[in-house]
Amino acid sequence: MTALPERAVTPTAAGSGTPLLERGSGGDRIFQTVLTLGAVTIPVLLGFLVLELWTGARLAIGKFGLGFVTSSTWDPVAEQFGALPLIFGTLLSSLVALVIAVPLSLGVAIYLTEFAPKVIREPVAFLIGLLAAIPSVVYGLWGIFVLIPILRTSVFPLLRDTLGFLPLFQGPIYGPSMLAAGIILAIMVMPYIMSVSREVLLAVPDTQREAALALGATRWETVVTTVVPYARSGIIGAVILGLGRALGETMAVTMLIGNRHEIAASLFAPGYTMSAAIANEFSEAVGDMHLSALAYVAFLLFVVTVLVNAGARLLIWRVSRGSAAGGKAL
Amino acid sequence: MPGRTLLAALAALATVAAGGRGDPPPPANGATASKPGTALTGAGATFPNPIYSKWFDAYAKETGVRINYQSIGSGGGIRQFTEGTVDFGATDGPMTDEQIVAARGDVLHVPTVLGAVVATYNLPELGKQALRFDGPTLADIFLGRLTRWNDPRIAALNPGVALPAADILVVHRSDGSGTTYIFTDFLSKVSPEWKTRVGHATSVEWPVGLGGKGNEGMTQQVKQSEGAIGYVELIYAISNGLPAAEIRNPAGQFVAPTLKSVSAAAEGAQFGADTDFRVSITNAEGTGAYPISSFTWLLVHRQHPQGPKAQALRAFLAWMLEPSAQRMAAELHYAPLPVRVIELIQARLRAS
Repeated sequence: MTALPERAVTPTAAGSGTPLLERGSGGDRIFQTVLTLGAVTIPVLLGFLVLELWTGARLAIGKFGLGFVTSSTWDPVAEQFGALPLIFGTLLSSLVALVIAVPLSLGVAIYLTEFAPKVIREPVAFLIGLLAAIPSVVYGLWGIFVLIPILRTSVFPLLRDTLGFLPLFQGPIYGPSMLAAGIILAIMVMPYIMSVSREVLLAVPDTQREAALALGATRWETVVTTVVPYARSGIIGAVILGLGRALGETMAVTMLIGNRHEIAASLFAPGYTMSAAIANEFSEAVGDMHLSALAYVAFLLFVVTVLVNAGARLLIWRVSRGSAAGGKAL
Repeated sequence: MPGRTLLAALAALATVAAGGRGDPPPPANGATASKPGTALTGAGATFPNPIYSKWFDAYAKETGVRINYQSIGSGGGIRQFTEGTVDFGATDGPMTDEQIVAARGDVLHVPTVLGAVVATYNLPELGKQALRFDGPTLADIFLGRLTRWNDPRIAALNPGVALPAADILVVHRSDGSGTTYIFTDFLSKVSPEWKTRVGHATSVEWPVGLGGKGNEGMTQQVKQSEGAIGYVELIYAISNGLPAAEIRNPAGQFVAPTLKSVSAAAEGAQFGADTDFRVSITNAEGTGAYPISSFTWLLVHRQHPQGPKAQALRAFLAWMLEPSAQRMAAELHYAPLPVRVIELIQARLRAS
């Protein structure tokens, strides 16, 4: 997903005859075949996945067509289904997560590479990386027992009192909500964004920093004018990685989002996401149309993920074209 | 692990395919028929999983017949049973007529134990005093028609109780669940509006409220919000000491949910001579019957293919209906089947 630094391959011993890279023994050929097989497996698997989702969803696609994407009804009894609140909830909860997680993780990454004393750099990075190893159901339980009570009794009322003029922070406060889900997602994607952007920032050559400092820039100015712009396509890649994780996260979200098929302007209101709906209803879905509608939702989730990733690629490409050197390095 | 499950499923499939078109089976004659070392596979409902696990474990120790049960949910149980990938299914909501047609009519619902759903709430003002509801009032709360706890209709049912002037926050299950099926089945019977607007199923389109995932998600949501009302499985309510409302039954009594009152609901169930046991006992007649009760069922093939598996399954069903096995159910807070119902099932198993 992320464009990692490509090591330039320079043929050092330019011998006569066949180029070094194309020479090979039997062992090499076996190795190459195994790797090729591995590489081919992934696209084939992906193809089967799409095919399977499409077949599973055919019933619902035939009945609802594209109206599925724009309808808000979700009535398993009458077998009327529409996924708009789910799509909305998936995108909004991920957006909330990024709004919170990106500045935080970037701040931490910059601090750890540019400002922190050497002794604490590795331990802190390690601890943050550890956050990625916690199972999401644990995040969900922690959210139910710890985060939600805090949010409901102190954070949400504070937000309503100070920012209540925005429709985002109006309405009754229940606890489980779009905002609660966004916050838990933010905590969950932070380690990814932080770790990758830290690696990217570390890859910025010291000569760049030295040049900026030599021109009289402060350390802050060095970071803002030189280091971050140099690394920006890599940072965007890190954000996209986090976004991908947020879009697909299921368990923690369904435990905190309130699971209501509804589009509300307020972040205090409950919502629903595509993956949460599938996880909630699949095992007990009895009717064929219900199952098919859930497969359709899964198919749409796939489409949304592909679109978001394609958009991200485009963004990275545009950005790296703008900064010739930096883009190429990452 | 998935590999092993798949293998088991394939093995079951092969057995069914091989024996599906056999002659009528010979009558089974108790546990002696099954050979030790036979393994049966089943899948389905999660709610009775604790008692099923206990039964299967005890049965394996007694007879050497291993039964492998996957609690994947009622929907999955019905699907796998219909596709023939398991020897038996298990469900909290009976199969619909269309599903029975899809299974070529080859299904017998065997009631195993009873479940019940309680309405639980968070009103600290009430202390130990239990709230009382009748069906229509409960339905109107979940329809969003009654929005305040001190509504005259709730007050009329609870004379002398100081109800707060707080908003009612409705909480429901977000995951598909047999609990939801039983609860909405009851509401459909007592409220015509609920029946036409919402209906009953393992998940429905809730007019109002928040969705909590699982019994624990629902319980936390209710516990954390004053003025909340939700519904949970009776066993879960008992083991967590949750407040439980008394519900008015058709006989006009307000009945608290207990194992006894749930068994009483099954006692009053009406079975026709040729019943297929798909009987809903919500809002059951009879004194002392708790109205939000239900059977949970095992799904077995009506036309048993010949072979050790079919005999083993029959032997287990006979064992399960013995008083000793039903007592195990009570130990785990499942309401045991009334004797009358057990006799009906035994007669049916012998006849088929």
